[in-house]
Amino acid sequence: MGMTMAEKILARASGRQVVKPGEYVTAQVDRIMAHDNTFWKACELLEEYGTGLCDPERIVAVIDHRVPALNVAVAEMHVKMRKYAQKYGVKAFYDAGEGICHTVLPEKGHALPGRLIIGSDSHTTTYGAFGVASCGMGLSEVTYTMATGENWFRVPETIRFEMTGKLGFGVTSKDLMLHLAGTFKSEVAQYKAVEFGGPVAAALSQSDRITMSNMGVEIGAKFAFFEADAKTVAWLKPRTTEPVAPFGPDPDAVYAQVYTLDADGLEPQVAVPHYVDNVKPISQVGDVPVHQAFIGSCTNSRVEDLVRAAAILKGRRVKEGTRLILIPASREVLTEITRNGVLATFVEAGAMLSPPGCGPCGGGSQGILGPGETAISSTNRNFKGRMGSTESQVFLGSPETVAASAVEGKITDPRKYLA
Amino acid sequence: MSIVVNGKVWKFGDNITTDYMAPSFSRYLPWDQLKPTILHVHPRFPADMQPGDVIVAGDNFGCGSSREQAPANLKQLGIGCVVANSFGRIFFRNSIAVALPLMACPGIDAGFEEGDQLELDFGAAVARNLTQGTEFRGNPMPPSLVDIVSAGGVLPLLQARGQAARA
Repeated sequence: MGMTMAEKILARASGRQVVKPGEYVTAQVDRIMAHDNTFWKACELLEEYGTGLCDPERIVAVIDHRVPALNVAVAEMHVKMRKYAQKYGVKAFYDAGEGICHTVLPEKGHALPGRLIIGSDSHTTTYGAFGVASCGMGLSEVTYTMATGENWFRVPETIRFEMTGKLGFGVTSKDLMLHLAGTFKSEVAQYKAVEFGGPVAAALSQSDRITMSNMGVEIGAKFAFFEADAKTVAWLKPRTTEPVAPFGPDPDAVYAQVYTLDADGLEPQVAVPHYVDNVKPISQVGDVPVHQAFIGSCTNSRVEDLVRAAAILKGRRVKEGTRLILIPASREVLTEITRNGVLATFVEAGAMLSPPGCGPCGGGSQGILGPGETAISSTNRNFKGRMGSTESQVFLGSPETVAASAVEGKITDPRKYLA
Repeated sequence: MSIVVNGKVWKFGDNITTDYMAPSFSRYLPWDQLKPTILHVHPRFPADMQPGDVIVAGDNFGCGSSREQAPANLKQLGIGCVVANSFGRIFFRNSIAVALPLMACPGIDAGFEEGDQLELDFGAAVARNLTQGTEFRGNPMPPSLVDIVSAGGVLPLLQARGQAARA
């Protein structure tokens, strides 16, 4: 009998021919990602226990959560990270400014189809866009896996979203994912693997698939897959010397549930405070003035996102009284937008630029909200207090929606600014 | 071999996020400043809480970030176990990793009032309401996970491996 992507990967990684949902396996992990909240701490623990790394080649360490260091305490953590990366021979160490972990790990060729990857961050589901079984874990488990190279996994049931129809002009995979979350709610994929399929999935660019897999965790998903197809292979091949091949489920794989999600007629969507599945079509959001508009994060700050947002900002200015913050997801993205005119468009519109990193998304730095403030953001989570004060509010949307909202100083349908 | 925990119930609702258990700003605060922020969405918690008390919650307890501080803070408060309709999956793993016993059972939140006495057999996944005389069952834990919680979490296991390797 055929297996889903999750089953195939957990079988391969645990040395089994076949696995079934509900089974517990011990699997070898291909890559372990840790960032500046965890890597140095994990290494301190390993040092204390007298335990080395399983294999330095399997470790990816990234400084991204507070970039650059905003105070001495954070700077000390970064100093420790550099020290440990060198001590343990971790070549895949990406220092402050290289970018957000979930953007950099694929850029540097680590997210190869069929791999099993864990990371010290809930949005590790991002690499599912490359056909990777990837999920977040906490500090202790990341430390354990860094030392042993393995961990226990319960083989999840897989649910499939057959995405049909066609995204309208000015409507993106971010809107589609928000619509999915709003329709099926935040527990539809609880402890399950998700496969995004159907003609819409195949038509999405690799970058647009990343947005959806990134937010898989927001619907409870353990893994959030797209099939790795020719587009995926073409994206990855220049970035690695390892073989890269397409990867997907068996044709006779069995799914716990198959849902249909129709993209036809979809408006831009907005997640309103304070839950990701609290989603409305933009025409129903009403009059919401915004103090801060943030285009950034591992969800939506790659070149394609910024090109589309820039199309709205070109020749326009951010509304007086509203701040627009731009944080490109990586150095690679920043370099490209410096060359192609997009950065100039943002700056001339009045945007503030911060270095590639997580920024204010998770309450780190570079744009924390004060009491009474409202933000529209291209990020993935709007829990109460996430971006600052517990008396602030965060609305989520596509980068286009954020750009249009910055221009008007209130939440705005971007399609009025698109040709 | 199992782990049995017994304590007085505090009730919570649905979608209690990891931000409620471990707010971002609290990450590096000293314990006495951090403690009052933990789950303060409940008006009398944690001020009136006693070590050994337990939590019963609704859907999606621990949704959100992968921060291990969430269950670690509960453990440090002295929470004996958490029983809920369902859990955010990373929170579930993190709880096992820091040896906080838990059990998922749909509908269990309707079976407990605040102040009831709960007894949980972690390995067997059986929760009893000692006050009301009722019983609830989840999916039994595999022995490997019971071993982790018995050892005090994955780090004590790792520490033991390091010591054994040097012995």
